[in-house]
Amino acid sequence: MPIFYSHIIHVFFCQSMLNPSSTQAHDIYALFQSFHIAAFGMLALIIFLSFFISIKYRKKKNDDSIPKQTTGNKTLEVFMISIPTLLLIYFFYQSFNVMKAVEPAVAGDATPDIIITGHQFWWDANYTNSKVVTANEIHLPAGKKILLELRAADVIHSFWVPELGNKMDMIPGKPNFIYLDIDKPGSYAGLCSEFCGAEHAWMRMDIVAQNEKDYADWLAQNSTDATLPKDSLAMEGSEIFQTGTCASCHRIRGTNSLGVVGPDLTHFDSRKKMLGGMMNVDSMNIYKWISDPQKVKPGSKMPDFIFNKDTLQALTAYLLQLK
Amino acid sequence: MSEKNIIPEPQQSLPNTNVSNDQGLLQWISSVDHKQIGIMYLLMALLFFIVGGAFALLMRVQLAVPNNHFLSPETYNQLFTMHGTTMIFFVLMPAIFGFSVYFTPLMIGANEMAFPRLNAFSLWMTFFGGLILYFSFAAGGAPDAGWFNYAPLNEHNYSSSKGIDYYCLGLLLSGIGSLTTAINLIVTVLHYRIKGMRLNKLPLFVWMVFVNAFLIVAALPALNAALSMLILDRQFDAHFFTAAGGSALLWQHLFWLFGHPEVYIVVLPAFGIYSEVFPVFSGKPIFGYNIVAASSVAIALLAFGVWMHHMFAVGSGLVVNSFFSASSMLIGIPTGIKIFNWLATMYGGKIRFTVSMLFAIAFLIEFTIGGLTGIAFSIVPIDWQLTDTYYVVAHLHYVFIGGSVFGMMCGLFYWFPKMTGRMLNEKLGKWFFWLFVIGFNATFFVQHILGILGMARRVYTYPDYKWYGLLNFISTVGAMLMGVAGLLLVYIIFKGLRKGKKAPADPWDGFTLEWTTSSPPGLKNFDTITEVTGRRPLWDLKHPDMRDKM
Repeated sequence: MPIFYSHIIHVFFCQSMLNPSSTQAHDIYALFQSFHIAAFGMLALIIFLSFFISIKYRKKKNDDSIPKQTTGNKTLEVFMISIPTLLLIYFFYQSFNVMKAVEPAVAGDATPDIIITGHQFWWDANYTNSKVVTANEIHLPAGKKILLELRAADVIHSFWVPELGNKMDMIPGKPNFIYLDIDKPGSYAGLCSEFCGAEHAWMRMDIVAQNEKDYADWLAQNSTDATLPKDSLAMEGSEIFQTGTCASCHRIRGTNSLGVVGPDLTHFDSRKKMLGGMMNVDSMNIYKWISDPQKVKPGSKMPDFIFNKDTLQALTAYLLQLK
Repeated sequence: MSEKNIIPEPQQSLPNTNVSNDQGLLQWISSVDHKQIGIMYLLMALLFFIVGGAFALLMRVQLAVPNNHFLSPETYNQLFTMHGTTMIFFVLMPAIFGFSVYFTPLMIGANEMAFPRLNAFSLWMTFFGGLILYFSFAAGGAPDAGWFNYAPLNEHNYSSSKGIDYYCLGLLLSGIGSLTTAINLIVTVLHYRIKGMRLNKLPLFVWMVFVNAFLIVAALPALNAALSMLILDRQFDAHFFTAAGGSALLWQHLFWLFGHPEVYIVVLPAFGIYSEVFPVFSGKPIFGYNIVAASSVAIALLAFGVWMHHMFAVGSGLVVNSFFSASSMLIGIPTGIKIFNWLATMYGGKIRFTVSMLFAIAFLIEFTIGGLTGIAFSIVPIDWQLTDTYYVVAHLHYVFIGGSVFGMMCGLFYWFPKMTGRMLNEKLGKWFFWLFVIGFNATFFVQHILGILGMARRVYTYPDYKWYGLLNFISTVGAMLMGVAGLLLVYIIFKGLRKGKKAPADPWDGFTLEWTTSSPPGLKNFDTITEVTGRRPLWDLKHPDMRDKM
């Protein structure tokens, strides 16, 4: 039965807290289940009493007798207060234990493994032990306790990956931390869950959890600098990128583009999605995006440029070879 | 027989009681009569309810299917901000004030509020506050940072249209109106009660309004301070809520220090209405008057110690989170007890299923759902998963609609005959009840599941994940049903006003003093009232041999 149950959950409710995939998420899910069982019990009691009393004590036709004028009952009132109180004390105790386990105090000198910064409307991930900086697709090691530092670059955002556990707000001027202990490799959908402006809906991310070897490979691959493009169209795009305004917001390591306002694009084409989960990375989407950003994602921080067709094609070709 | 009490003539408010009370619109606008002001509050609530409801329907159309392009993100964000702000400040607040200022004097045997002109001032401040908020549409864009308007998104850098400035001014004005009404109600209850009506014999509605008035006086200043600081930030580059010198979290603390009591402000008077309606339609006194009365005081006091449960995800640490977790659970107890009190009031009675009573019974179940999901949020780890998702959207609507709006409907169908002298059509009322209840549950119950499935609130669209499309579509269909129900309600009200059956003074076999005067009451509420000896003065009068013992 439990196996069947978890299979059902997996098939129907993946990408949600019902499919916990980290130590932290498991703890919270257990509490979630026990509370909801108690809550359904309480609700069933109230529904039963409401219907039962309504039906049993409805006024019948031609019955004009006056019901007994009771004003209270001390014993019943004591019960009414003490049973919910006991239940709440139990859940407070459980809640306290889970809180302690999921969000232990972080030592002042602890170094985070990854610093994730929320921007309107994308995520920046900075791997403290290597040169890697990436955006929106964040790779994490599975089977290992890691510490994330969460920051905000502009307004308040909230880091939430339902399958991996608790959300944590990213607040300007106040770094926050969470521990994660991911069970197994896999892909987990995450999203911003504090309203942060026009495109809050498209501030999503993919967490890719990998085993030790794959993670190390990914880090190695992503810490390399970008190389000069081979074909002439992409080369042209590279020049436009470096000399035009692109470079003042975006960074491509190994080139003169050093901007930190927009997402790091060093290995842009190694990512599956762009624009905070809005669309897949492919030539058509890139072309559409850079030709009219405010039409594709109105309210995002990328301004409209007036590029001609050749420029757009060159830029697209350049971006597509940033593996 | 006890002696008759002469009700003192309110000299100031009614300089000449012989004046014709049919001078059309001008009379309404210039009125200081608490009954006319109460009705105007209710009409104002109805007007804004239609507008705020239309916004909600537009939002539900946008969310009906994944990746929809019906509304632009900017428009959607303005709509959800205006929907929340309108419903809280310009629907629920005026609605509770409408019932409060109309019935408080009537139920304590007074002819007027303590300060009739202040009463009119409060109404118009609230109304102008609403107009100023809505003027933002004409001034370049409505506020777009949500009804709780978090910093620094509410700052000039991130919301450069004038909307949030109008939000500040509108809410400050209506806040002044709320404060003055609260003071007016406190003085009225303390000073103008009929002889014999000691505080422990107050009808529970009046008691809740009284407790609520203190809650308003204590809670509104935090909001007013925050709004003033925000205006300084936006207009004069102060830095109260920016990371440069100020703190983004300061806004959250100030806002929720007001905002959580606000939830109780709009629900306590509704509790008062239920506490009148359950006894009358069960033919029994309230079960455990003292507990119901005392638990309201407990709610009012605890309300100021729970605000940080809106902020469990800001990273405050174990001690702070535990404190606010415990206080939030604690406030569930006095709230939960009342449900059992009302059930016990029905138990052993002779229940009459009027529309008013149906709303009261439905409230028991709907509010229990909202209360239980509220407890879920006081359990911090569950809150960490579910806060800012559709689970919260469902929770807050079960509280605001299942608690407050059902209370307003309950009060409307109960007191409409008193206010207008006409009965509402009970048969159409039952249609309205079922449409509204089914629509409401279809809209919001599925949103619990959406939240658990990971759908964040305040998104103008969503990816096509499993179940998202279907559940959102059900929710949209439910919202349309509620929209139809809303139109039906407007029809029922206007039909009742024009063609409703003439209402007798006491159509429901009521217990309290408002049913002793004519329907509608004259300009002067009462001439004489028998001395009050119990909690149900009219019952005592009808059943001299079965008087309530005190």
